Amino acid sequence: MSDPILELADVNVYYGAIHALKGVSLTVRQGEVVTLIGANGAGKTTTLATVCGLMRPRSGTVHYGGEDIGRVATHQLVARGLVMAPEGRGIFPALTVEENLRLGAYARRDKAGIEKDLQHGFEIFPRLAERRRQRGGTLSGGEQQMLAIARALMSQPKLLLLDEPSLGLAPLIVQTIFETIDNVNKEGVTILLVEQNARIALKHSHRAYVIESGEISIEGESAALLDDPRVKAAYLGEG
Amino acid sequence: MVPVASVDFTSQLLQYFANGVAKGSTYALMAVGYTLVYGVLQLINFAHAEVYMLGSHFAYYQAKWGGYLPDEPGAKPESVPILLVGTFIAVAMLACAAVGMLIERVAYRPLRNAGRLAPLITAIGVSLFLQYGGQVVFGTEPKLFPTFVETEVFEIGSVKIPNTNLLIVVTTFVLMLGLTLFVSKTRPGAAMRACSHDMRTAKLMGINVNATISLTFAIGSALAAVAGVLVAMDQPAITPLMGVRIGLKAFVAAVVGGIGSIPGAALGGLVLGVSESVVGGLWDTNYAEAVAFVFLIVVLLLKPSGLLGKATREKV
Repeated sequence: MSDPILELADVNVYYGAIHALKGVSLTVRQGEVVTLIGANGAGKTTTLATVCGLMRPRSGTVHYGGEDIGRVATHQLVARGLVMAPEGRGIFPALTVEENLRLGAYARRDKAGIEKDLQHGFEIFPRLAERRRQRGGTLSGGEQQMLAIARALMSQPKLLLLDEPSLGLAPLIVQTIFETIDNVNKEGVTILLVEQNARIALKHSHRAYVIESGEISIEGESAALLDDPRVKAAYLGEG
Repeated sequence: MVPVASVDFTSQLLQYFANGVAKGSTYALMAVGYTLVYGVLQLINFAHAEVYMLGSHFAYYQAKWGGYLPDEPGAKPESVPILLVGTFIAVAMLACAAVGMLIERVAYRPLRNAGRLAPLITAIGVSLFLQYGGQVVFGTEPKLFPTFVETEVFEIGSVKIPNTNLLIVVTTFVLMLGLTLFVSKTRPGAAMRACSHDMRTAKLMGINVNATISLTFAIGSALAAVAGVLVAMDQPAITPLMGVRIGLKAFVAAVVGGIGSIPGAALGGLVLGVSESVVGGLWDTNYAEAVAFVFLIVVLLLKPSGLLGKATREKV
């Protein structure tokens, strides 16, 4: 089994008096797609925000590539390949598609590499190439999600955090997005994926964690969780 | 400003207009400082006016220590050499940039997540602190500003334009152009734009948000220093309270132009300067400022986001 790239150990996070994450431990290994599923408000987004340094744990540790990153600033993590495509996509609406993409490469200095990755992004999402001079705010929801993923790839992620990539998208678009996620993973990017759409997330991941009220309740192989009666009842609308 | 000798209405109007453009340029130079900071932090940095005051004082003390004050014993008789003027201004800019960054670090950054009212109050606090601290340190007596440029008056038709006014307009134009290019073409400029759109996402792009905010304060403060020196050259006495009025007007200019917009700050400054000068000249200087503020109210009633401001963005 490959080395862990991300390890959370007994992480506790608070919003003021609200105990949002209660001793969360999880591991993502090099090359995996790991998904974190759970209901609204269970702590999925808080987990990602803690990993990328937007929130700080009150106790517990977060290790990335073997290093404690509990005090490392978000922008420094981006430069080290820990990149998040946020929930709601975080597109700069007044900037063009291309400007958005170039901001993704902000931490990089290799001009030739940036141009190459820009072209690569346009190959993955031809729709973005058609709209490269259009403002981000004028894109459809699906196109914005494509832009968010393409922009995150511009940062050359080693570990890519995806927060609800299926949110508010038509089923066909969701399918496209998840096929892209598979391809990005095959290109060697490790992915931690947060989803409310448990079925598709489990189908497109290797392992999964279920979070409930700030605690990990179930973990295992994604294929196994698809058959787990508890997951079926609570998250797949079966049983 | 230049008194108008001619009685011909058109040439009078042109004269007031020309005076107003110079005055408006200084407002614009100041307004840009309010607008930059507002764009990034949604904060009105009231202390900006005092940075302007410090700018002129920094230049003044350099001239004083260099022996260029006209009324001091042992003063050098001639005006300050142009290279030295440049040095004085550059040093004042750097010092003000440092002060601006310090103000942000001490008074605003600790309150970054405290809502919008708290930093607004500390902004007023810093402003008052510098006004009264300035009176303690510099004294309350107005100080005669040394001659940086010998006044010469150019005549274009019937319109008289002093070289100081020309200097103000040209300097402002060059600086505003430079600033616009900086913000639109450079990497730190891109970081500033990203932060003004969405600071959280900017972090996720790998942008050092704190450094970008510091840079924003540094740039705005350096421009305020230039404005401080230019105005001091034109109306030679400086005091620790000199920032209060121009600060208020530049703030109005920024809002009229559309706060957050650099071209808006320039336009707002010019509109305010010209209307003030024309009203003051044709009617009564006592009404000039009242008219400026009536103007503010009218613009905001008709276009609440300002002349060049964008309607509030939806944060998706």
